[in-house]
Amino acid sequence: MGATQTRSGQEYQELAERTGFSAEQIRNLHKRFQQLSGNEDTISREHLKSIPALANNPIRKQIIEAFFDKRNQHGNELGSYEEIGFEEFLMVMSHFRPPTLRTTEEEKEAMRKEKVRFLFNMHDTDGDGKITLVEYRKVVEELLSKSGTIGQEAAKAIADAAMLEVASTNVPNMGPDDFYEGITLEHFEEILKGLEMETRMHVRFLDVSTTNVYCGK
Amino acid sequence: MFWRRAAHGRVGFRRSLPELGLLLLATLVLLEGSVLPLGAASSPETGITPGAGVSHGHADKNHSETKHKKPFPVLGLNYDSVKTPFEISLWVLLASLMKLGFHLLPRVSSIVPESCLLIVVGLLVGGGIKLIREEVPPVLDTKLFFYCLLPPIILDAGYFLPIRPFMENLGTILMFAVVGTLWNAFFVGGFLFAVCQIPHASLSHIGLLPCLLFGSIISAVDPVAVLAVFEEIHINELLHILVFGESLLNDAVTVVLYHLFEEFSEAGTVTVLDGFLGVISFLVVALGGVLVGAFYGFVAALTSRFTYHIRVIEPLFVFVYSYMAYLSAEVFHLSGIMALIACGAVMRPYVEANISHKSHTTIKYFLKMWSSVSETLIFIFLGVATVEGPHQWNWVFVTATVILCLVSRVIGVVGLTFVINKFRMVNLTTKDQFIIAYGGLRGAIAFSLGFLLDIEHFKDMREIFLTAIITVVFFTVFVQGMTIKPLVELLAVKKKQEAKRSINEEIHTQFLDHLLTGIEDICGHYGHHHWKDKLNRFNKKYVKGFLIAGERSKEPQLIAFYHKLEMKQAIQLVESGGGSKLPSAMPSTVSMQNIQPKNQPPPPKPTERALPQLTKGREEEIRKILRSNLQRTRQRLHSYNRHTLVADPDEEGFQDIILKKQKMMELDRKIKEMANYLSVPSHPKDSPTMSRARLASDPQAYNIKLPAGGVPTIQVDLASPQSPDSVNLLDEIGKAEQKEDSGLMMKPPESNGPEKAGEKDGWRDQQKLTRCLSDPGPGAEEDEDEPFLP
Repeated sequence: MGATQTRSGQEYQELAERTGFSAEQIRNLHKRFQQLSGNEDTISREHLKSIPALANNPIRKQIIEAFFDKRNQHGNELGSYEEIGFEEFLMVMSHFRPPTLRTTEEEKEAMRKEKVRFLFNMHDTDGDGKITLVEYRKVVEELLSKSGTIGQEAAKAIADAAMLEVASTNVPNMGPDDFYEGITLEHFEEILKGLEMETRMHVRFLDVSTTNVYCGK
Repeated sequence: MFWRRAAHGRVGFRRSLPELGLLLLATLVLLEGSVLPLGAASSPETGITPGAGVSHGHADKNHSETKHKKPFPVLGLNYDSVKTPFEISLWVLLASLMKLGFHLLPRVSSIVPESCLLIVVGLLVGGGIKLIREEVPPVLDTKLFFYCLLPPIILDAGYFLPIRPFMENLGTILMFAVVGTLWNAFFVGGFLFAVCQIPHASLSHIGLLPCLLFGSIISAVDPVAVLAVFEEIHINELLHILVFGESLLNDAVTVVLYHLFEEFSEAGTVTVLDGFLGVISFLVVALGGVLVGAFYGFVAALTSRFTYHIRVIEPLFVFVYSYMAYLSAEVFHLSGIMALIACGAVMRPYVEANISHKSHTTIKYFLKMWSSVSETLIFIFLGVATVEGPHQWNWVFVTATVILCLVSRVIGVVGLTFVINKFRMVNLTTKDQFIIAYGGLRGAIAFSLGFLLDIEHFKDMREIFLTAIITVVFFTVFVQGMTIKPLVELLAVKKKQEAKRSINEEIHTQFLDHLLTGIEDICGHYGHHHWKDKLNRFNKKYVKGFLIAGERSKEPQLIAFYHKLEMKQAIQLVESGGGSKLPSAMPSTVSMQNIQPKNQPPPPKPTERALPQLTKGREEEIRKILRSNLQRTRQRLHSYNRHTLVADPDEEGFQDIILKKQKMMELDRKIKEMANYLSVPSHPKDSPTMSRARLASDPQAYNIKLPAGGVPTIQVDLASPQSPDSVNLLDEIGKAEQKEDSGLMMKPPESNGPEKAGEKDGWRDQQKLTRCLSDPGPGAEEDEDEPFLP
């Protein structure tokens, strides 16, 4: 674990401020990062693909892709990385922090926007700021990808219906000549309002160090 | 607001006459019930004498025939044999009439929760009966309560339990239910014992164990009362499930504590071993109850797999299996309530996938009906039992009980929340805590348990206990029940979101599930999502295939949800007459450029916008239909693209017909596609003749009659119908169209929902329609009646 020695408490502190994790959590995540990367400094897609538990996940590709997406780094860049370092890994993970008792309403609102944005980026694969019908269809198809050919047919219909719903909720007065290009971030936020993302989209990050699960390397 | 109130007053007055009539009727019914038993006292004698006379006569026959014969009784009075069912029916009738009555009094029922009104009615009735007969029937018989009145309510709650929020908050709920109830029981019991030691109170005969027993009876939050009150205040899902879940799950604790202390009150002492055994007993009771319930749930699900030939008795299986689960748990002193909840919750997903739509409706309405009547009866009986007594009022005891209950609840909730919030993701705020504490209502279960106390054992104490229990119940139901609604408003607690589930939310809920599971896997620890995912996969792989009949077992949840949505909309479409809501514009499949949502143009002027909604995509679709089915009209339709259709009023009439036909074509195409896709999933597209031939032999095809309005040559003739019902349904759609005098006005759609209906109503709903129409419900008989009509 030679790499851990290079990370001092200072750096953890800085990362903690940027991402909102506690130092303990960062330490644990770093350990996990080391495990996944085989003690190197960066992770590539293959490292993540080789996690055995992910094999059963229908949206595995999207999840992995999300880690390498530059848009999730709180910057303004587009495109994707080939490999990511621990900082980027942490940034992506920070989207899944839960709100605490001390989180104010504005912070909760900001958190929700951030999480919704993360989801949006996962769907909007070409990065043009809109989820088109094709992309949405892909999403539903992937969700149903484990269900055989029945899934494929239904996926199209479901995606179409869903798209229709978004359009009709947000732009109810389109004329017959108008073309609804795709779901924008605002529309996306609108339709997911009912789900209360800030309370649903989170994962428990461990404060206490536990023995890490063997990740199959 | 003032004028509104005045208006209400006026309306109220006008309405009061039928109300009065109702109340009068109710009182008459009641008096009849109470007067007749008086008559019954005399009837046994009259009943016997004829009999005695006859036998006497027979005996005498041997000697002499001189005994004169009694005249044949033309009219007799025999109340005895119908007494019990009659009285039961009277009570049920009274309960229902009362419920009716309350809804005629809008103002009162908005201030006072129904449960309070019902208790008041019970008090009045009890008072009335006491005046007349000086003796009130022991209506709140424990057996009646636990075996007849309580199960429907619990089954209704368990069957419709929202599983997702329940499971997500299970830890919190269990903490409140188990630890909270224990804390309440010991706190109240202990302090009451201390109070009993006060020299003036004349309570010193009550020992520690009876006090603890009393504490355990009074400490449990009552599901009936919670349901009754919370139903009306519509708070958000989280709080509702917390309080309600707690009230359901604390039954196990109550059962164990009750039996424990009851046993030991006789013995007089409790040892550590007993305490330890008590803990084990708790685990046995709780888990045993759940296992029994789950077992019966699985059996019920399995049974429902085979019921497709006899759909009529499907609801019966649900009810009987659940009731058996309850009774079986009671046999072994396990928690019947938990068994019932487990049974309902376990069987529901599988049973719903198997049963017909009508059975589903039946189950829903029967459960609601029974639980509603039960609840009403319980509150009325509470009122009656209060009048009956036996009572022994002891100021010290009663006030101490009430205060201690409140205090212990508050301390318990606050303390537990402090601990729970360390483990919860979404913390409970002070407002939440207040509502949880305030919503801890006691009810009829506590009273019945008090009633169950052995009379000999608790000779002097039983009455005091009962009085105190009733006071606490009254206090919580009246004071807390009435004030919780304004408090909720005052504190601006989040209310229940009325939104219906949209397809987008469903998609994203599923997406989130998978996403969070994936993130957890990447993080490397097995969290909540990981296990849930594992359970789901296990369920999908093994259990569903076993318990669900046919193709539905492989249907992923998203598709099932989507079908349900479509089904609902299809039914709405049919109910609304079919024709007026046309299918919404579908995204173009060929060009893939645009997605055309439904429009809401201003009310169409017939000349201008004969067909405002036909879009390019739609037209493409129609073209495809006709291309694959009927080659001839391809050219004809091609000339009617969107622009010419809209701008050419001369062709209006013909367009109408064409469009009517097109709609039918579309239905036909969708059925064809559906038939293709359902029977043989990956079937290649055939030539039109081939596909028609296949349809001819396809048992699932329907007969579509084209509207008889002088349709030009094109005919599509499918195979014979499967059942007369299916014909009815589609005929309705056809007929409804014919009824439309404005031709085929694609009226601007009213709302989002039904919009999609038309688009998909032929699509997969046909399969569902078969299922829902295939059972020999009343619909089938309607057909047979037709020959008799002139």
